[in-house]
Amino acid sequence: MLYREAGQLSTSYAMERRTFRLRQDRVGLWLLLGFAFIAVPWLGNDYWFSAILLPLLVLSLAGLGLNLLTGYAGQLSLGSAAFMAVGAFAAYNLQLRVPGLPLLVSFALGGVIAALVAVLFGLPSLRIKGFYLLVATLAAQFVVEWVLTRFSWFTNDNASGVITSPPLLIAGLDFSSPRGRYLLTLAVVVVLFWLGKNLVRSELGRNWMAVRDMDTAASVIGIRLFKAKLLAFAISGFYLGVAGSLWAFAYLGTVEPHGFDLSRSFQVLFIIIIGGLGSVLGNVLGAAFIVLFPILLANLFGLLPGGLIDSGQLENLQKMLFGALIIAFLIKEPEGLARLWQRFRQRARIWPLRY
Amino acid sequence: MSATTESELLRLDDISLSFKGVKAITSISFAVKAGEICALIGPNGAGKSSLLNVINGVYQAQSGSITYAGQARRRMRPHQAAERGIARTFQNIALFKGMSVLDNVLTGRNLKRRSSWVEQMLRLGRAPREDDEQRLHAEHIIEFLRIHPWRHVLVGTLPYGLQKRVELARALAAQPRLLLLDEPMAGMNAEEKGQMSQFIRDINREFGTTVVLIEHDIGVVMGLCDHVVVLDYGRKIGDGTPEQVRANPDVIAAYLGTRRSRAESH
Repeated sequence: MLYREAGQLSTSYAMERRTFRLRQDRVGLWLLLGFAFIAVPWLGNDYWFSAILLPLLVLSLAGLGLNLLTGYAGQLSLGSAAFMAVGAFAAYNLQLRVPGLPLLVSFALGGVIAALVAVLFGLPSLRIKGFYLLVATLAAQFVVEWVLTRFSWFTNDNASGVITSPPLLIAGLDFSSPRGRYLLTLAVVVVLFWLGKNLVRSELGRNWMAVRDMDTAASVIGIRLFKAKLLAFAISGFYLGVAGSLWAFAYLGTVEPHGFDLSRSFQVLFIIIIGGLGSVLGNVLGAAFIVLFPILLANLFGLLPGGLIDSGQLENLQKMLFGALIIAFLIKEPEGLARLWQRFRQRARIWPLRY
Repeated sequence: MSATTESELLRLDDISLSFKGVKAITSISFAVKAGEICALIGPNGAGKSSLLNVINGVYQAQSGSITYAGQARRRMRPHQAAERGIARTFQNIALFKGMSVLDNVLTGRNLKRRSSWVEQMLRLGRAPREDDEQRLHAEHIIEFLRIHPWRHVLVGTLPYGLQKRVELARALAAQPRLLLLDEPMAGMNAEEKGQMSQFIRDINREFGTTVVLIEHDIGVVMGLCDHVVVLDYGRKIGDGTPEQVRANPDVIAAYLGTRRSRAESH
């Protein structure tokens, strides 16, 4: 009953090809965007912007970047944080050394540089797959972190290696306030998600999935494996690079190699596994899970009478509980939150009937 | 016999293939005429699938040459074979399991696209019109093979016989000149075999596609094919029309002979 689909018939291929074929979905999306762009900045407070919404948005974007590579093209990677670091440091150095370069242009160029680095580390994918490729991309993680800490040129000879990011000025407007940073990040993320959604539904997206599902058959119908794989690394690298810039400039406010260590790569990997491999929406759901759940747990533990468990152990206990929850969830729903949402939507379409 | 005639689409000369010293194919030569249905038969391990893999570049032959559409060459990559109009299906279904029937068929048309991925991502330029064209063509194939009720279903959830048909549709979507079918009827019952034979014959007649297929059911082969090549232990032991092959004493001894000897033992 929520979905009145009667009468919504596709009379052309173009109509059937729409990302959201049902009117209810389209209306829902516009309402959600309106809520995120108008209501949230109006209602939200600084804590929500800085501690919850910004990491959620940036990690969603990073998740999408990795999901294009792993969930769609089937290439495993543990180098996500390295490509984020390349993007962030490239954008920082471009801002520093090219006077008058607009901020968004340096973000995009940072993404392009991250894409080139990702292609370089993606070259082994032409020869090896699966876990072996995972190890090869792990090299990116160590090499990039080493290069950024070893050569002080990248950090502008800063003694501590931690640099305060420049103010976020775009077309004369200052986006440095928490609300501004949220809006800037939201806009970039929405545009890149739209492009990503189009991409996975295009010929290239189909070719990626073909390579993922059965690479011999893919090459036999004329798909060039090396082009498809390297494009996956490049586009994934671009997304991760832009996410890295946003992470450093908009979320952390500092640019430092240690913001992009191996645990960040794992975090992005968890997001796409929990959210759902081969899904665009799943990245947002997975990021929300990763960001919100620890906060929720912390608040729940805060309700316990003080002194019952000491605070150091409390933190460990939270981590253990969080880990156990992830395992329990993946046993219940190995295909991730996106699948859960899909099933819920399927039910909603025919509700109150069951079949 | 050695002169290439106009009507030959494919010609194998002295092809040999071995895997680390184990000979899979030993100096095989034969020719396939344009527009015919040619069967490769032989016992298990005779080298039939290996031969198909050599024809479309999945394996590279150690010696010999392949002449396709008038051009001879030693080596070819699978995507080059696809670009030159060779399509194939696999013995163990090689569909893209995470994709719908329609998407599987559309991947078969990936070589017909001219728009770049940037145009497709931004949905600008040639992309939208091309999307319509490719969809229309894919729909023709889907209807031709009567799989339209399942076009939006994930292929992994379809029954075996239908998956075989989807794989045929994907190969056909590329509008191939030469279609290689590796056991298209394996594991099917008599009715499904009849249906599949009919589809192959229709493809051959309506699109003029040359077909090379591997099949174990001799009844089907004799009824469907114009030309039969018999392999045994990587060698060619028979080549000709179904009638000629049926009368060939070597073929009877090596292949069909097992049945006669069993009959004699009764």
